[in-house]
Amino acid sequence: MSSMYNEKVIEHFSNPHNAGDMENPDGEGVYGSPVCGDMMKIMIRVDENDVIVDAKFKTFGCGSAIASSSVATDMIIGKTVDEALDITNRDVLDELGGLPAIKVHCSVLADHAIKSAIYDYSQKSGKTYAGLEGFDPNADADDTHHGCDMEISLPEKFSDL
Amino acid sequence: MGEKRQVYLDYSATTPVKKEVAAAMLPYFTEHFGNPSSLYTFGQEAKTALRTAKEQVAGLVGAQASEIYFTGSGTEADNWAVVGGAMWKRGKGRHVITTEIEHHAVLHSAEYLAKEGFEVTYLPVGADGLVRAEDLKGALREDTTIVSVMFANNEIGTVQPIAELCRIAHDAGALFHTDAVQAAGSLPIDVGALGVDMMSLSAHKIYGPKGVGALYIKKGVNLPTYIHGGAQESGKRAGTENVAGIVGFGKAAELAGQDFETRTKKIAGLRDYLVERVQGEIPDIRINGCLEARLPGNINITFKYIEGEAIMLLLDMAGVSVSTGSACTSASLAPSHVLKAIGVPVDEIHGSIRMTVGDFTVKEDVDYAVDTLKAAVEKLRSISALNGR
Repeated sequence: MSSMYNEKVIEHFSNPHNAGDMENPDGEGVYGSPVCGDMMKIMIRVDENDVIVDAKFKTFGCGSAIASSSVATDMIIGKTVDEALDITNRDVLDELGGLPAIKVHCSVLADHAIKSAIYDYSQKSGKTYAGLEGFDPNADADDTHHGCDMEISLPEKFSDL
Repeated sequence: MGEKRQVYLDYSATTPVKKEVAAAMLPYFTEHFGNPSSLYTFGQEAKTALRTAKEQVAGLVGAQASEIYFTGSGTEADNWAVVGGAMWKRGKGRHVITTEIEHHAVLHSAEYLAKEGFEVTYLPVGADGLVRAEDLKGALREDTTIVSVMFANNEIGTVQPIAELCRIAHDAGALFHTDAVQAAGSLPIDVGALGVDMMSLSAHKIYGPKGVGALYIKKGVNLPTYIHGGAQESGKRAGTENVAGIVGFGKAAELAGQDFETRTKKIAGLRDYLVERVQGEIPDIRINGCLEARLPGNINITFKYIEGEAIMLLLDMAGVSVSTGSACTSASLAPSHVLKAIGVPVDEIHGSIRMTVGDFTVKEDVDYAVDTLKAAVEKLRSISALNGR
């Protein structure tokens, strides 16, 4: 088997947790774009104590994007919304036992998708969260990290290939 | 799905060394280890072996043995032809023409030339993956010195009308080089009929060893020395020869010429069967590049709504080796420039898979691969964030 990923990443990729749809989620966030090669949708259910009782994801992306979605949803289930907002991409990375340097952006994707889902929940519920301060769910996904900021026009930038 | 098996469907990346090839090579590591430049028996044994290999490789493409120059790789041959050719003729002009779908060995050589003050024109290709003769005619100028167009593409397998393009280049007074690394052994090649001045070849794509390539240089084309040193390769490419590797290349070239039609027909049949099954059993796909002018073993397919690395990983777990044009597998995270050039939308490039069938592929392999692929595609689509499924 490929040695590009560690066993934990492979396990989460081949048997992802929490994959699928959720009916009438309390919050739903999408991050990334198909043009960039990865797009993650996270759906959450939040109870009256502000605890995330369920989370689901649907992801278009590579092995590490799917594995990141799996652990990220695992990580937020059972946490309060505030606790979930504290999760950083570093935490997702640690939980995965690391990703190849070139794949680190996948953990950022998960971090943003969680925040987007919570943002949606805050809009619907009218609640405010300190952890959402300055978060813009519509910030251009393409600018943050990956291959997309080097969208190429042939042939001037062949050096980027 | 039946028992797990190992199915290699990436013959365009590299091929296994055939047993006969390995057997031919072995004595040149141990018994016949002499330096071909030495005049005593050990050396002359090795030298004779090089001569035989040269004849064998020449035979595969209809060349004279004296027109074959061994290199360390197909990439080196491309660099030599493109950079060497342009530098050689720079007194006449500084314009070079190639295409948008070349291998990086040619693209990056052209880019190097551009940095050195040359002007490079990249010919586009149609959705079919083919260069248009009119485009070449329109691009040629008085100061064009060299045109480099790959014989068959490594990603989508499309085969260019080399003879026609070569004639057009020659009419305009330019040299013509073709990278035939993918084509050799899979298509009939006759350098005489094609008229090309230079042609790059590689051993490991034709069941020979890695680390050996060759540049065919037509008699009379006085391409300058590329590696300076001793008198090896007629003084054009110095350095003690990779004797065992070259012997392997020769043997592989000889084998590639044997049963050529039966072999390539069988491969094309398996490829067609693979395509037929995928088309019949997996919805929302796209075949990239035309099916007509194409290498017998190659197919490149986009599976919509999912990403290629994920497909590749699931296949690998099941024992099936394929490659992808997805950005996620390249070191630079850039999607395939070839698929971009034929107009595949970027999101669909991410979901592209290249499968290449070869001499050791059997029908059961194809069946197993398609079964595995079908399951992988269904699984990934069921968890994809993209609409449509």
